[in-house]
Amino acid sequence: MPVAAGARWRLLALAVTLGCLAAEPVVAEPAALGIGYLGWRPPQPLASTLLEPPPEDEGLQGARLGLADNETTGRFTGQRFTLEERLARGPEEALEALRGMAAAGLQLVVVNLPGPLLLRAIAMPEAEGLTLLNIGAPDDALRNEQCRRGLLHILPSRAMLADALAQYLAVKRWRNIFLAVGPEEGDRLYAEAMRRAARKFGLRIVADRPWTHEPGAQRTDTGHLSLAAEAARFTQGASAHDVLVVADEANTWGDTLSYRTTEPRPVAGTQGLTPTIWSPVHEQWGATQLQRRFRARAGRWMTPRDQAAWLALRAVGEGALRARSTDPAVVVAYMRGPAFELAGFKGTRLTFRDWDGQLRQPVLLAEPRSLVSVSPQPGFQHQFSELDTLGTDRPETRCRLP
Amino acid sequence: MPPAMTRTVAALALALLAGLARAETILVSNEKDNTITALDGESLRILRTVPVGERPRGIALSQDRRHLYICAGDSDRVEVLDLETWQVVQHLPSGPDPELLALHPDGRRLFVANEDDNMVTVVDVQRGLVLREIPVGVEPEGMGISPDGRFVVNTSETTNMAHVIDAESGEIVANILVGARPRAVAWAPDGRRFWVSAEIGGTLTLIETEGWRVTGHVEFAVPGVPPEAIQPVGMALSGDGARLFVALGPANRVAVVDTRTARVERYLLVGQRVWNLALSTDGSRLYTTNGVSNDLSVIDVAAMRVTRSVPVGQAPWGVVVRP
Repeated sequence: MPVAAGARWRLLALAVTLGCLAAEPVVAEPAALGIGYLGWRPPQPLASTLLEPPPEDEGLQGARLGLADNETTGRFTGQRFTLEERLARGPEEALEALRGMAAAGLQLVVVNLPGPLLLRAIAMPEAEGLTLLNIGAPDDALRNEQCRRGLLHILPSRAMLADALAQYLAVKRWRNIFLAVGPEEGDRLYAEAMRRAARKFGLRIVADRPWTHEPGAQRTDTGHLSLAAEAARFTQGASAHDVLVVADEANTWGDTLSYRTTEPRPVAGTQGLTPTIWSPVHEQWGATQLQRRFRARAGRWMTPRDQAAWLALRAVGEGALRARSTDPAVVVAYMRGPAFELAGFKGTRLTFRDWDGQLRQPVLLAEPRSLVSVSPQPGFQHQFSELDTLGTDRPETRCRLP
Repeated sequence: MPPAMTRTVAALALALLAGLARAETILVSNEKDNTITALDGESLRILRTVPVGERPRGIALSQDRRHLYICAGDSDRVEVLDLETWQVVQHLPSGPDPELLALHPDGRRLFVANEDDNMVTVVDVQRGLVLREIPVGVEPEGMGISPDGRFVVNTSETTNMAHVIDAESGEIVANILVGARPRAVAWAPDGRRFWVSAEIGGTLTLIETEGWRVTGHVEFAVPGVPPEAIQPVGMALSGDGARLFVALGPANRVAVVDTRTARVERYLLVGQRVWNLALSTDGSRLYTTNGVSNDLSVIDVAAMRVTRSVPVGQAPWGVVVRP
């Protein structure tokens, strides 16, 4: 642009005073907003199928796409974002990595950690003042008695997932539930959330049984025969029920119940009809675009943790954009405030609950090849937001922040 | 032929011509069944259904009204449909996943929003060439060209901005932060301001060209409809600029906004998931595409009433009226 330096400066000043963002960044060297990504997942037991093994870079790829989206927007605002990635090989290494990030001055970290490790992480003195964006732990305790000021939960809690499913079962009048519970801690918590959701929405758990069969033999020759016998035995003699709800977060056995039960009943829960933050079958509200952008970049489908990580980065980007600041404290204050709203391809604005830091969001109900429904279901009303019919609502919260 | 009779014949011929001139055609793109539906503007009968490329959404008439430009998003091209022969006669390059387009008043330059790669592509429709690619925000969507042709406004859905592009230089002259998930752009006839709809924000932002300032907002509230379901998308402005019609998506309503007061005068119940709007040539009727109920609602503008709904293809999206 053939404009003298002084005139150019005046033009820029004019643009700023007019409150519009000039095409060129108005600040020559904008401070970058640094965001950390810390991942560690415990080793998983062998899944019941070789299809769709959990990707090694699950979560991280979502964060990278979120960063790219923030950077594209930043081109027009002069805001820059960086992503410091750390995938730890063990819990201690993960804690060490977080200490390192804090020492390097990062204040916002996306954490893909199991709940107990996340609690240890945030209890470290070095974590004082950090904001951790939780994309890996659905534990309800983290949103209640174990809640911490520096935590924001992007991933829906197990209570939100269970409520989303329970609302749908209530609408379908599939009121009587056979609950099948796996041996892992996560399975136990998922089942507990389901029992609570059943009470909340007037459903009945008519059978509540632990699945104890050791998986592993199912891929051997004639393995299907022993599974069929096991599933039939497991479901025999139960009171009349409409649906089986399985709690098997690691996918080791839940898929083996369909078509093998004594009564012909559909399977829902962690397998079958699944309440989830994201699914490859979701293409409403422009989701097709995000699915495509993600596949083009990662070479695979977006998983629930990728979606949570993308949302985490976008929440930070949106906070920075609207607050017109890359100061982490200003950005977090804006994200937690009433003016914040995030578009997340769910047809509604997403916001944070001020009582526990949980992101309010609709929950998809998907089976592997089709989107069945989206909760909250029509008719479940709420005086403030229908999204608050999912999960722990303000009057029930056991989160007491000092 | 006696002069009187000649006059009568001439009058008759004129009347016939006028009749023909009134017989406008409504053209609808159907996103899910990959067709364009053509309806007779008088009888509202379907004249024909034309197969086109995959996922047709944004559509625009050529300057001579002979052709329809169609964004065939999943085919990654803009198709040119001849409205006399009803054949697709040309594929224009468009960049990946074109969603919406706008034809410059020069009749030559087509500005196309490429949803997948954060670009606005400028296509020369006569030579079938890409003239320029302009980097914009994430998920470019709406396109609106100022009446004098100087400025092209593009919205980016994930960046949440209206990007003002100088049509000649292709440079971005302003980036204006608007509500969440901005969609359509509607320019006032005087070219001094424009509105941007924000689907998730649930509002309209009014922007003046003078300094590219945000000077107002339009808010919506429909009794009995949760605020989250009010999602402004397509817009159409009356010829005199006094009324702005706004499609409210899953609220299944069209809002009628008084542009002077920025207040909503009325909400009209239409089909489900209303996407886009077009006025008849004389401005007496408003047509809406309803993406979930697969029909077109017809609004009598003077009476402010929905008078008809006409089934079209699957997931109708774009609509234009060909005089």
